[in-house]
Amino acid sequence: MSDLAWIDGALAAARPQAMAALLRYFRDLDIAEEAFQEASLRALRNWPEKGPPRDPTAWLIFVGRNAALDGVRRKAREAPLPQEVLISDLEDAEADLVERLDGADYRDDVLRLLFICCHPDLPATQQIALALRIVCGLSVAEIARAFLVGESAMEQRITRAKAKVAKAGTPFETPGAVERAERLAGVAAMIYLLFNEGYSASGGEAPLRSGLCDEAIRLGRLLLRLFPAEAEIMGLTALMLLQHARAQARFDADGAIILMEDQDRTHWNGRMIAEGLALIDKAIRHRQPGPYQIQAAIAALHARSPRAEDTDWPQIAGLYQALEHHMPSPVVTLNRAVAVSKIEGPAAALDLIEPLAGRLDAYFHFHGVRGAMLLKLERKAEAREAFDRAIALARTPAEAAHIRQHIDRLQAEAGQT
Amino acid sequence: MLYAILCYHSEAVVGGWSKAQDDAVMEKLDVVHQKLAAEGRLGPVARLLPTSAATTLRKDSDPPLVLDGPFAETKEQLLGFYIVDCDDLDQALEIARDLGRANPGGAYELRPIGVFHTGVLPADAGQ
Repeated sequence: MSDLAWIDGALAAARPQAMAALLRYFRDLDIAEEAFQEASLRALRNWPEKGPPRDPTAWLIFVGRNAALDGVRRKAREAPLPQEVLISDLEDAEADLVERLDGADYRDDVLRLLFICCHPDLPATQQIALALRIVCGLSVAEIARAFLVGESAMEQRITRAKAKVAKAGTPFETPGAVERAERLAGVAAMIYLLFNEGYSASGGEAPLRSGLCDEAIRLGRLLLRLFPAEAEIMGLTALMLLQHARAQARFDADGAIILMEDQDRTHWNGRMIAEGLALIDKAIRHRQPGPYQIQAAIAALHARSPRAEDTDWPQIAGLYQALEHHMPSPVVTLNRAVAVSKIEGPAAALDLIEPLAGRLDAYFHFHGVRGAMLLKLERKAEAREAFDRAIALARTPAEAAHIRQHIDRLQAEAGQT
Repeated sequence: MLYAILCYHSEAVVGGWSKAQDDAVMEKLDVVHQKLAAEGRLGPVARLLPTSAATTLRKDSDPPLVLDGPFAETKEQLLGFYIVDCDDLDQALEIARDLGRANPGGAYELRPIGVFHTGVLPADAGQ
């Protein structure tokens, strides 16, 4: 790797911490971003000659802060600004800079930076785009590519999100325990949204978008370094690792979906699975089960099965039942029905599925699963109807193609008789 | 004489490598590993999983205290390490507690291993 590539890596690694500290100083996202950008430019000029500093994050915060202060002062000379507001927190900043970097309250800075992206007024896609831009440091062009939209549309989306966040006001006081827990829960949900944005991509788009999963996992690990004893954050990170471990096996060469039971498990990523399993082991010791941990435990049971037929379905069905208790949802019940079908057969599963019809009528997977159960029970006409409904609701070509296989098989059988 | 070579780097930087970058580094390292193995010098090689997967057993209290996360104190130094094969973290902690009873004080950090090679050293190497 060349020197410049090393610097890129160091800048990306330092970004969340440095941006979080700069945001605390300046209390303004745009100034914090400009400060970090200026510090990064100076790093690119200085580090190749003088070598990297001992603590790149502290260097970037210090240099960025001074550069932005110069800018604020210059503007103040040209046209008086309400600079009291801008630099109210600066007097004692320099002295405790290094201490803060190691201090316990420092983690609240990073949490705050992530938390402002989760503002409830922002639609999910804007939350994710904002986090990718200001926390992960992806360029607008990169984010636009990942969301499959034009660059100017994405630029607008991010600008609007920033304006909303600025108007809402950022909570700068140190959070209490309850508030911290609430922020963590909001941030965890946003990170999982980001992950799913990448994970739900279909075959052809998958390589473009799997970078979103990597970023989400990176944020999960970052949160864990700051909050090492949070069982649900361990669960969330484990869940993402265990799901993403299957990425290479989920689609065939033509981009068609390969169901988990048909996947080549030697293509699953062993190192990610090992990390995910280790995190679940840690989480379980806390005896505070939550939705992320339970979903991770389900993913772990799949990951631990060398072959599809070794899957521990009774335990998976039990875990889905626990998940229904923590997070009641017809989608969770639908998933439990799939597990039940493996233990007790399609009729028992269908008994669980039918009562969900009202709430899941517009849900692709509901009709797909229902059709598959009806097919197993040889109720072909009803199965055909369910599959037709599923195709109409498919969100990606790969989903539609997958259901079409069932229909083709039904038609082929009908042709033979 | 046997030497341990301990690897230090910024976890956030290495964790930020793309798969292609990571594979390229491992491939270059493997060339060195193979040369050392051919010379009969290579002992066990381990790549540890991230510190977020670590658990620490403080054995300077009785009973020892289990903490999430890596060993973070700077007043103690790394004096040695074990590699043990366990079913899960609980079993690893049980082993660490046994060792701690034999040698109280200080701490053990339990870190799962992501990549492991046994190397080629004979049992009497270094004697």
